[in-house]
Amino acid sequence: MNLALRDAFLSAAAALGLFLPMVGFVATNTDQGLVLTYRPIAVAVLVAMVFVGRLIAVSWRGRSARPQQPNAELAARFAAAGKYLTPLLLVMALLLPLSGSRYYVDLGTLVLTYIMLGWGLNIVVGLAGLLDLGYVAFYAVGAYSYALLAESFGLGFWTCLPLAGILAAFAGLLLGFPVLRLRGDYLAIVTLAFGEIIRVVLINWVSLTHGPNGISGVPRPTLFGLSFSMDGGEGTVAGFFDIEPETIQRVVFLYYVIFGLALLTNWVTLRLRRLPLGRAWEALREDEVACRSLGIDVTNTKLTAFAIGAMFGGFAGAFFATRQAFVSPESFTFIESATVLAIVVLGGLGSQLGVALAALAMVGGLELLRELLTEIAEQMGSPIFAGLAGELPTYRMLIFGIALVVVMVLRPRGLVSGRTPTATLPARA
Amino acid sequence: MAYALQQLINGLTLGMIYGLIAVGYTMVYGIIGMINFAHGDIFMIGAFLSLIALLGLSALGISSVPLALALTLIFAAGIAAIYGWSVERIAYRPLRGSFRLAPLISAIGMSITLQNFAQVSQGARVKPMEPLISGGLLLTEGDGFAVQLSWMQIAIVVTTLIVLAIFTWLVTKTPLGRSMRACEQDLKMAGLLGIDTDKTISLTFVIGAALAAVAGLMFLLYYGVIDFYIGFIAGVKAFTAAVLGGIGSLPGAVLGGLLIGLIEVFWSAYFSVEYKDVAAFSILIVALIFMPTGLLGRTEVEKV
Repeated sequence: MNLALRDAFLSAAAALGLFLPMVGFVATNTDQGLVLTYRPIAVAVLVAMVFVGRLIAVSWRGRSARPQQPNAELAARFAAAGKYLTPLLLVMALLLPLSGSRYYVDLGTLVLTYIMLGWGLNIVVGLAGLLDLGYVAFYAVGAYSYALLAESFGLGFWTCLPLAGILAAFAGLLLGFPVLRLRGDYLAIVTLAFGEIIRVVLINWVSLTHGPNGISGVPRPTLFGLSFSMDGGEGTVAGFFDIEPETIQRVVFLYYVIFGLALLTNWVTLRLRRLPLGRAWEALREDEVACRSLGIDVTNTKLTAFAIGAMFGGFAGAFFATRQAFVSPESFTFIESATVLAIVVLGGLGSQLGVALAALAMVGGLELLRELLTEIAEQMGSPIFAGLAGELPTYRMLIFGIALVVVMVLRPRGLVSGRTPTATLPARA
Repeated sequence: MAYALQQLINGLTLGMIYGLIAVGYTMVYGIIGMINFAHGDIFMIGAFLSLIALLGLSALGISSVPLALALTLIFAAGIAAIYGWSVERIAYRPLRGSFRLAPLISAIGMSITLQNFAQVSQGARVKPMEPLISGGLLLTEGDGFAVQLSWMQIAIVVTTLIVLAIFTWLVTKTPLGRSMRACEQDLKMAGLLGIDTDKTISLTFVIGAALAAVAGLMFLLYYGVIDFYIGFIAGVKAFTAAVLGGIGSLPGAVLGGLLIGLIEVFWSAYFSVEYKDVAAFSILIVALIFMPTGLLGRTEVEKV
């Protein structure tokens, strides 16, 4: 106990050093230039939290770090629960538009977009073990492909969707071909640089992309040639089915489009895992040198993972463009890549269900929490809850960052991943 | 010609800043073989600490610029050292010997955390600061273009050289430097021979963070405006410098920093300012593909 106290005091002292200058003093912008303001209470609260947290953590599990326990048991339980959870989630996702609330359908569309991106990146990071920090670049390629093709040639969404995927996959090949020979951490930083390059080019190539203003008026998708326009005339969904035209019809349609795209991603991934290619990906993740000595073409295997992951990113990008009806470079920052990576890592690097749950929790959960806090604030008229709700979006990425570190330190294989090989030898008699 | 000379001066100044950050990347890479993604953000924290210290000192009424700069330097380096130590202790040490991607992902998590921590605690708006040192030396005046060496640039270069001299002495002449070099050659063997490897690695992060904080102060003085996002771009560029100079090589890091600074400045001067970041990033990709060992690096053999 004595030792724990000492440890906690040391941690608190370090925390004081960390937080006193950065949190205690704020360089505030005013009309007369920067002025220092002070926040002693925030520092005191943070340091106290570190002290108490460290004290609890140390007395609970002792000072020595315990060896990493395999979480196979948890993964097995999770897989068993997954049998019931997966159909349940599917049915819930399918029935969500029946709620009739535009807010929920919009939120569902957002969550499904991230689920799809997560599944796409999961092929690259979770299966093949290649850390891609520039995934948003392929998302951007897909979105801009559709926006530009629609603008220049008047092509529709369903024609452009495969084209966007192909172009994104091509971008993946283009980047992957030279850099996939590099070591894992070099690859990470090169993809990061690539993501930035794409964004900077999108901002500065004004004659093609309209620069920071972006491209507006991206056409909406059609249902077998029927558009969702509000006039309700001939050739629109409302006119064809003879119903009142409403915005919600389009919103629900978009929801089902992304639902289908996400399911497609999942299905393709699951099938690929059973092919020799998928097995090679997983083997590559575990040991590259062993793979090479077993005669697997390492570069080609990596390249396919990279290109297929990029293709799904491109699909999601085209969907993003059509949903927003607007694309601009602002949507494709490193923050997006980091969000998707956080979802994949929290979901357990390779687990499909895990990725879906992580996206649901990180994107939908935070949004619902904000909504809940606003609700409480209105009910109680409490400024504290209103403040919390307003601040929550600011803290989103901070929470993501901390979650990445915590998950890696406590469960480096992801929250639920048991790293079960999809191919096992039959038990010997 | 005069224009080019001016760009040379600017490029060398900027290169010094990148070199200081690159040393931190290369040191950590040399010892534990990982990219410390959070290093660029430590640099950003260092810049914020310097800003706060300068504001605090002026509020206290210290008007002597050299004294204020010296105090700020010590303060920023000291606090940033605590940041470097904490980052290593929290995010990297528990993962030593874990699987390949784990430390990388945790480093990215730390980078995102630090970036957003600065955004949340100090606000997202850019922080402009009035220049502390103005004026300079007029070197030559040719083709109607005056080549100026500002006092600010002299201060930056001189401070950087002093800091690098202290650092070189630390690495080559002290017991700490000896154990650092031993750990770099063979971590396990160094541990068997009685070197406290955990402590040495911690101190490596502390020194790297202090150097990054110095770079942060220089950046603040040079550009006069910072925000929470500067660490990302500067970090990638400094990493490029480390790769270009040969990762693991300390003189290489400074050399690479100077090169990147020169390339960036000349590119902006003669081609386009908008694409200067693209130029630096493309150099990273080209350098990694065609000369992964860099200018002064050693070839690495991967053993099973």
